[in-house]
Amino acid sequence: MTGMPLLSLAIWVPIVGGLLVLATGSDRNAPMARSMALLTSVIGFLVTIPLFTGFDNSTSAMQFVELARWIPAFNVHYYLGVDGLSVLFVLLNSFVTILVVVAGWEVIKTKVAQYMAAFLIMSGLLNGIFSSLDGLLFYVFFEASLIPLYLIIGVWGGANRVYAAFKFFLYTLAGSLLMLVALIYLFMQSGSFSILDWHELPIAMGAQNLLFWAFLIAFAVKVPMWPVHTWLPDAHVEAPTGGSVVLAAIALKLGAYGFLRFTLPIVPDASQAMAPMMIVLSLIAVVYIGFVALVQADMKKLVAYSSIAHMGFVTLGFFIFNPLGIEGALVQMISHGFVSGAMFLCIGVLYDRMHSRQIADYGGVVNTMPKFAAFFMLFAMANAGLPGTSGFVGEFMVVLGAVQYNFWVAFAAATTLILGAAYTLWMYKRVVFGAVGNDKVAKLEDINGREFAFLAVLAACTLIMGIYPLPVTEVMHASVNELLQHVATSKL
Amino acid sequence: MNFVVPDFAPAATEIFVAGMSLVILLLTVFMRESARNIGYVLTQLTLIVAALLTIFTMDGQVRVTLSDMYVDDLMGDVLKILICFSVITALIYGRGYAADRGFDRPEYHLLALFSTLGMMVMVTANHFLSLYIGLEMLSLSLYGLVAFDRDSARSTEAAMKYFILGALASGLLLYGMSMVYGATGNLSLSGVAQAIYNQAAVYDGVSSKTVLMFGLVFIVAGLAFKLGVVPFHMWVPDVYHGAPTSVTLMIGTAPKLAAFAMAMRLLVGGLFDLAEHWQTMLMLMAVGSLVLGNIAAIAQTNLKRMLAYSGISHMGFLLLGLLSGVVDGDRFNALNAYTSSMFYAIAYVIMSLASFGIIILLSRSGFEAENIDDLKGLNKRSSWFAAMMMIIMFSMAGIPFFIGFFAKLSVLQSLVAADMVWLAVLAVMMSLVGAFYYLRVVKVMYFDEPVDTAPIHAASDIRVLLSANCLAIAFLGLLPQQLIDLCQLALVASFQG
Repeated sequence: MTGMPLLSLAIWVPIVGGLLVLATGSDRNAPMARSMALLTSVIGFLVTIPLFTGFDNSTSAMQFVELARWIPAFNVHYYLGVDGLSVLFVLLNSFVTILVVVAGWEVIKTKVAQYMAAFLIMSGLLNGIFSSLDGLLFYVFFEASLIPLYLIIGVWGGANRVYAAFKFFLYTLAGSLLMLVALIYLFMQSGSFSILDWHELPIAMGAQNLLFWAFLIAFAVKVPMWPVHTWLPDAHVEAPTGGSVVLAAIALKLGAYGFLRFTLPIVPDASQAMAPMMIVLSLIAVVYIGFVALVQADMKKLVAYSSIAHMGFVTLGFFIFNPLGIEGALVQMISHGFVSGAMFLCIGVLYDRMHSRQIADYGGVVNTMPKFAAFFMLFAMANAGLPGTSGFVGEFMVVLGAVQYNFWVAFAAATTLILGAAYTLWMYKRVVFGAVGNDKVAKLEDINGREFAFLAVLAACTLIMGIYPLPVTEVMHASVNELLQHVATSKL
Repeated sequence: MNFVVPDFAPAATEIFVAGMSLVILLLTVFMRESARNIGYVLTQLTLIVAALLTIFTMDGQVRVTLSDMYVDDLMGDVLKILICFSVITALIYGRGYAADRGFDRPEYHLLALFSTLGMMVMVTANHFLSLYIGLEMLSLSLYGLVAFDRDSARSTEAAMKYFILGALASGLLLYGMSMVYGATGNLSLSGVAQAIYNQAAVYDGVSSKTVLMFGLVFIVAGLAFKLGVVPFHMWVPDVYHGAPTSVTLMIGTAPKLAAFAMAMRLLVGGLFDLAEHWQTMLMLMAVGSLVLGNIAAIAQTNLKRMLAYSGISHMGFLLLGLLSGVVDGDRFNALNAYTSSMFYAIAYVIMSLASFGIIILLSRSGFEAENIDDLKGLNKRSSWFAAMMMIIMFSMAGIPFFIGFFAKLSVLQSLVAADMVWLAVLAVMMSLVGAFYYLRVVKVMYFDEPVDTAPIHAASDIRVLLSANCLAIAFLGLLPQQLIDLCQLALVASFQG
């Protein structure tokens, strides 16, 4: 293992870089802001690569640990570390940041420095969430990450951006404030804010139930689970492309990650008791939201609802408590990061040219943008869960896991393969195929080199993960088994 | 009768400030109009020297002197230093504003100095009498300052309201003190504490206990008025709104520290054995303040009024800290609770200074930037100060990496430690309500187009100091430990359990 504080670098390189970008000031220096942002995001990604190459797959212990005292008065530590559950998200996040910077390159013309800085700072904070092993440090990053996203939606968003930004902020804050009380309660019980200490802490059933609900509200809003999902379509529709990408690819994973890091190991008995409810909620998200997605007229809204359905799969995988389910859910999270990010980028490509997200405004795009249509096809297929793409692997694993748990649960979950195909491909058909819809479509130009580059990279990721997912699942094995051990051991 | 010359040394700071006030008062009489600045400079110098004097004489010793009237301890020293710096900052922020409006007369600075002296006396009082004198010195100076813009109807109305309600509150406080004196036969706070402790076993439900309880109620009511908490909050929005912003800046900051010190001296220093009784009162007031302050703030379009209501809710949070000290007669959480409360008070003063500083920064002669809409598009006009204001707003909303979050955290953990989880849940729910109106300020700054496109004129000293003030909010959020330690140390040294 190297002596470099890699996790700290993954967190602070983007944040400090973001502040430097901010210092370039007005739009006169926009080219400089852009190149600095790109440089920062690339360095930010490079420092996370040793996390993957140097990762020891054989242990479930925390790796790359950094520990320092932060606020002794509350026994809070600057305690970082990653295990098989979290390391991939740090990589995914740093990777997506590069895409976001590139995707906003020419599109964002006003307040470029602030735009880039917001995304870079956000990226650092998100890395902080995934690598915190201290409950309060986690919370601090968790809350602070609301600020840049609030600004991103509100400043660069669409027509109804103010409403969406407020809804996003207050919804998520409402969830996390109760979690803060829960964290303080755990601190009082254990005398420490260390998450790993909490994993070992015995808690009575009544307290476990209350804690479960406090965590559930915080994470369910973030995931988002039905019925607290309504902020997501609004936020997605109004956010600029980059904001949607980060939201879908990373921010949604925070809630799911929270279930793995907090809910399951800290309150296992309550989790077991509440599992049927969680499974029902997940299935509602999968089936009902799938139908909702079907009727959307706005492409971004459609993908937003499809994200909720996919995340329903993830929470389903967690609460059936078997290795296939949890690993499948994790693979699904990573895959969804690539695929939904790519879908939003594709929609962004269209939106930049036409300034419309309405499906009805398009038609026959393949005639004018053949290269784009090919990429869009691949991502649509991945979103529908076609074998050979990353979208299939996770869904298949979760369905297999669900069969072990209960056939009818698996049956209901498997409808997503039909629904997902239905809404994604029908949307694709209406937008891309057919005769050229109108004059505007006839004048469309195909993707340029910059757009080609980021779509190609994402396409490669989607295919590689679909064909050979082993390196990804290997990383998770030990930690998932350890987690299941925790869940199986009563803490009463 | 023996006459002993008391030890004046511990009170050197107060004596120095009092002396300098008189010197400045005399000088200004003979000063020419053109030499106006001298009053300002001398006032600032006095405050700086007073702060330095306190810093250099600071130690952990508790010294009671001047026939039990005065106590020199670490909590007093720390708060005095902070009060001095707060007033210095407020005067620097307000200077250009006052000059533009023609009230940078020597009396203006002199009243500020007298109010500071009053606060210092309050902070170091060990006796009902000295406490009351300090309080009145502060209040009377502030009444004068609020009315300073005498041609403004709003300003005079605010001053009148403040004066009448303030006088009533002082009356309540005095009445309460006289009852406590009747029940205990003591005027010095340590004497009162001793008497209550000794008598606790003697009178169980006898009449003097009733008198004592009545006294306690009146004292708490007077205190609540000075802190500006529900149901004694009515003056706060009107006075904040009506007073010239440079004066609002002074009312909304340092006096909160003095009021906190008064609460500590009276409730913890003097009436600690009645904690269970006053804690219940504080709980009702805290809940009322959190609910009313946060909900009423939503409806405000005037930034000063909004900050006034938000101030009420912040004081509610401060009370939450104070009321979690004693649980079922057990004092295990006392230090934790009072530390959190003191930390909260200091954090609030830092944030409050900065927030009114921004309002002053955006005002210019003939224009008061006091509506929320006046901040519209601030990001386009000055992205630096928009960022600074954003830091203040997120800090007040309790979003992390800023000091406001850690202040809230320390109060919340004290509540949970005292097994008052429901209060903690209520407090966070009200913080959620509060987040809405702070977010709205960020919204108008960042999401809206500017209406007022005039460039920001401000002296460089304000710009630098205001930036430093805002960055301190962020910096103390990253490293809050030293400040928490300082509060804890001060309380340990001053109250010893």
